[in-house]
Amino acid sequence: MDQKHYERRVAARAARSPVFKNCIAAFFFGGGICALGQGLSFLYRALGVPHRTAAALVTASLIFLAALLTGLGVFDKLARIAGAGTLVPVTGFANSVVSPALDTKNEGLVLGVGAKIFTVAGPVLLFGTLAGCIYGVIYAVFYGFFL
Amino acid sequence: MNRVLRLQVPIRIAAAASAVGYEEFRGPLGEKFDFHDDSDRFGESTFERAEGEIGHIALNLALKKAGLSHTEIDLLFAGDLQNQCVASSGGLLSFGIPYIGLYGACSTLGEGLFSAALALSGATALSRVAVVTTSHNSAAERQFRLPLEYGGQRTPTAQWTATAGGAFLLDREKQGVLITHVMAGRILDYGIRDPANMGAAMAPAAADSILTYLEKTRTAPEDYDAIVTGDLGREGSALLSELLLKHSVRLNNHSDCGSMLYYEKKQDSHAGGSGCGCSAAVLAAHFLPLLQGGALRRMLLIPTGALMSPSSIAQGGSIAGIAPVVCLEVL
Amino acid sequence: MLVDVLNAFWVGGLFCVLAQLLIDLTKLTPARVLVFYVVLGVFLGAVGVYEPLYDFAGCGVSVPLVGFGGAIARGVREAIHTDGAIGILSGGLTAASVGTTAALVFGYLAAIFFKSKPKRM
Repeated sequence: MDQKHYERRVAARAARSPVFKNCIAAFFFGGGICALGQGLSFLYRALGVPHRTAAALVTASLIFLAALLTGLGVFDKLARIAGAGTLVPVTGFANSVVSPALDTKNEGLVLGVGAKIFTVAGPVLLFGTLAGCIYGVIYAVFYGFFL
Repeated sequence: MNRVLRLQVPIRIAAAASAVGYEEFRGPLGEKFDFHDDSDRFGESTFERAEGEIGHIALNLALKKAGLSHTEIDLLFAGDLQNQCVASSGGLLSFGIPYIGLYGACSTLGEGLFSAALALSGATALSRVAVVTTSHNSAAERQFRLPLEYGGQRTPTAQWTATAGGAFLLDREKQGVLITHVMAGRILDYGIRDPANMGAAMAPAAADSILTYLEKTRTAPEDYDAIVTGDLGREGSALLSELLLKHSVRLNNHSDCGSMLYYEKKQDSHAGGSGCGCSAAVLAAHFLPLLQGGALRRMLLIPTGALMSPSSIAQGGSIAGIAPVVCLEVL
Repeated sequence: MLVDVLNAFWVGGLFCVLAQLLIDLTKLTPARVLVFYVVLGVFLGAVGVYEPLYDFAGCGVSVPLVGFGGAIARGVREAIHTDGAIGILSGGLTAASVGTTAALVFGYLAAIFFKSKPKRM
């Protein structure tokens, strides 16, 4: 079998991920986390927190929860079922910061945790910030803020 | 090319021992392993050092079985999956045995037995040589994949690096389980780029080695009681059959250590086990006792390795495979 | 109120399903999907779709990483209005500061109090 033929054969026979099952799990876990966030947001507002502050508190709360579950070793087990359901909400961002931090503890707090904490989440920060700046430049030019 | 080397003096595997972690002990071969640690830490604070300790424990147990002291071993060949083989050098340091570190990815056991057998048959000053190979799931995940607590899903073709190791003591005695032939593998690259399908990357090398070995020795698969690959897993094993069928070779006696190490349904290893320790532990705990007990008379062991690094994968490189062959016979 | 929770649920769930499809059916790795989502959020914010979507689904759009991008876009825009062109550089991270700082601080604390456990099947 030549290489091209082999590559095609490998691709053809490789088992696919159970897409339907994964999507159902992603929907309920992901939706559940967002609904939990919404519920928390109402709770904070009921306690008299202004709207925008409540939104920030929700983010911080979910990140705290994800960090705790990651530390307890539960998050990866949930994520194996939930897939994108835990990855896409801010919980996934938190896990991608917390898990390298935990993992590199033995390499020291500065050169281990400090240097490696963004190894997984770095791209999100970089490209999010970059996209924001590009939008900012276009926006500033369009509305004449450079004048 | 003179590929198959028949040893003028067959080399005996005098003793062997294995040590494994939690998932391996839970697997179908669990009770056969000499040592297991459910914490996967083997008394160490890091998983990297734990991998070294697996080799340390296995070699100690093998020495104990043979009734030997480490001072009676003249040379040690060892390898693992960590950068610069640091698990082997760290874990086996305290024995003080002259040491040669090996890297052949998951095929390192084959390299080790190959090198040890040739050393013993060539250098009469050597009387006993040890071979140790190890792998550790958590150390491999950290080095090759993602942080341990990262929440992700593995693809169905992915394999599970075994937390396992084996130690083998070789000498020139003439009775018992003997290594009669060895063959080094060729590096074969069939363009597989998916690190989550290493079985596919290694299957062509295994097929090439088996076909070459059978052709050069003028033997057929039926001449062996078992043809055992290292860690092709279920995906790679199926591809191996397809590749061999193209040459009209059918293996009715094929086993794969990676496919044997975990339960297919009860354990979620996906395509099976892998790692240098996988074939070493399965050989030591399962196949050697079968050979010693007479259930098998002659077998081919073909440890398989996927040659890659995190950088080579990130740079879009393809994964080459390698598969040395060791022929074991009972005389 | 219950309607808002329900809207957050199904909109957020759909964002996750789309990501799951991208991961399972294309060659995109999870990291790339997340980058795509953040950039998508900035884009939705820039073209004025993010805000109405947020008014409808609340946490259903702000909790997924799209919300991170949406917040960056809004932060940049508002900073430009208050501080001028320097807002291009200051607005994004200011808007993303709660999430980033929380993740960093809790991540560091987690590293102090916990350690990684071996993976299990």
